[in-house]
Amino acid sequence: MKARVTVTLKSGILDPQGKAIEGALKSLGVDGVASVRQGKVFDIELAATDKTKAEAALKAAADKLLANTVIENYRVEVLG
Amino acid sequence: MKSAVLVFPGINRERDMARALKLASGNDTAMVWHAETALPKGTDLVVVPGGFSYGDYLRCGAIAARAPVMDAVRDFAAKGGLVLGVCNGFQILCESGLLPGVLMRNAGLKFVCRDVHMKVERSDTPFTRGYNAGQVIRVPVAHGEGNYEADEETLKRLEGDGRVLYRYCSADGVVDETSNFNGAAHSIAGIVNERGNVLGMMPHPENHVEEIMGCTDGRGLFAGLVQQFEKAA
Repeated sequence: MKARVTVTLKSGILDPQGKAIEGALKSLGVDGVASVRQGKVFDIELAATDKTKAEAALKAAADKLLANTVIENYRVEVLG
Repeated sequence: MKSAVLVFPGINRERDMARALKLASGNDTAMVWHAETALPKGTDLVVVPGGFSYGDYLRCGAIAARAPVMDAVRDFAAKGGLVLGVCNGFQILCESGLLPGVLMRNAGLKFVCRDVHMKVERSDTPFTRGYNAGQVIRVPVAHGEGNYEADEETLKRLEGDGRVLYRYCSADGVVDETSNFNGAAHSIAGIVNERGNVLGMMPHPENHVEEIMGCTDGRGLFAGLVQQFEKAA
């Protein structure tokens, strides 16, 4: 079973890397970039075949390690 | 004083730390591998040194903070044992939940490797008793992610409880935006936990302890810790 965990910075947390990327995109002449926030994507393969169990495992993974919930939010998706 | 220095893959300041501890206490320091599940018997002080544990993968300190030895450190701290985390060690202590907040990318995005000044906010703690309150000391920093951040509530508590022990300042002790080279909230260089027995700091006092290093301002921290145990003994 394939799954994806997306980790993003909470709103209000300063993101200097996102700012630098935003500046670079603007200097490359990419039109209409209002702002950029960067984050992380984890593609995970699970042995589980039960969707509920898979989601619970992914949530545990995100809470215990993948995200620092002081500054980051995460989203869990089971892709099937 | 019996000290234990934790060793994780990618840590690189553990020998500097052990040398500074030996210089101050006269005792050899135990080097404790991350996979250990217990600290050496009779340990007075645990030090989490600087470096780049696990190559800073995922987040600085994130993987080291989940190592088996950290459970032993958590137990040790819960019993009132003294824990000092420097640089990556500070990041590891934040990630492990022993200290609040987080170390973010430096506001200027650059890795900063130079001497900075910091002010000792109070002298009545085991980690600062070797200094006078208000004293300005010169210490090296070497980090890309030392920008301390926490939510407003946490910052208010840290300040209200006098838990900011070290703060970046100019050579003459002025705390302002210019001296706050990494953008840390409230110019924070070092904080303690609620109980006051766990200190995390970004600068490297262990690298300013011998004449040959060009400065000995870091000695006070180690001398103070040694004094603490002499007093207790």
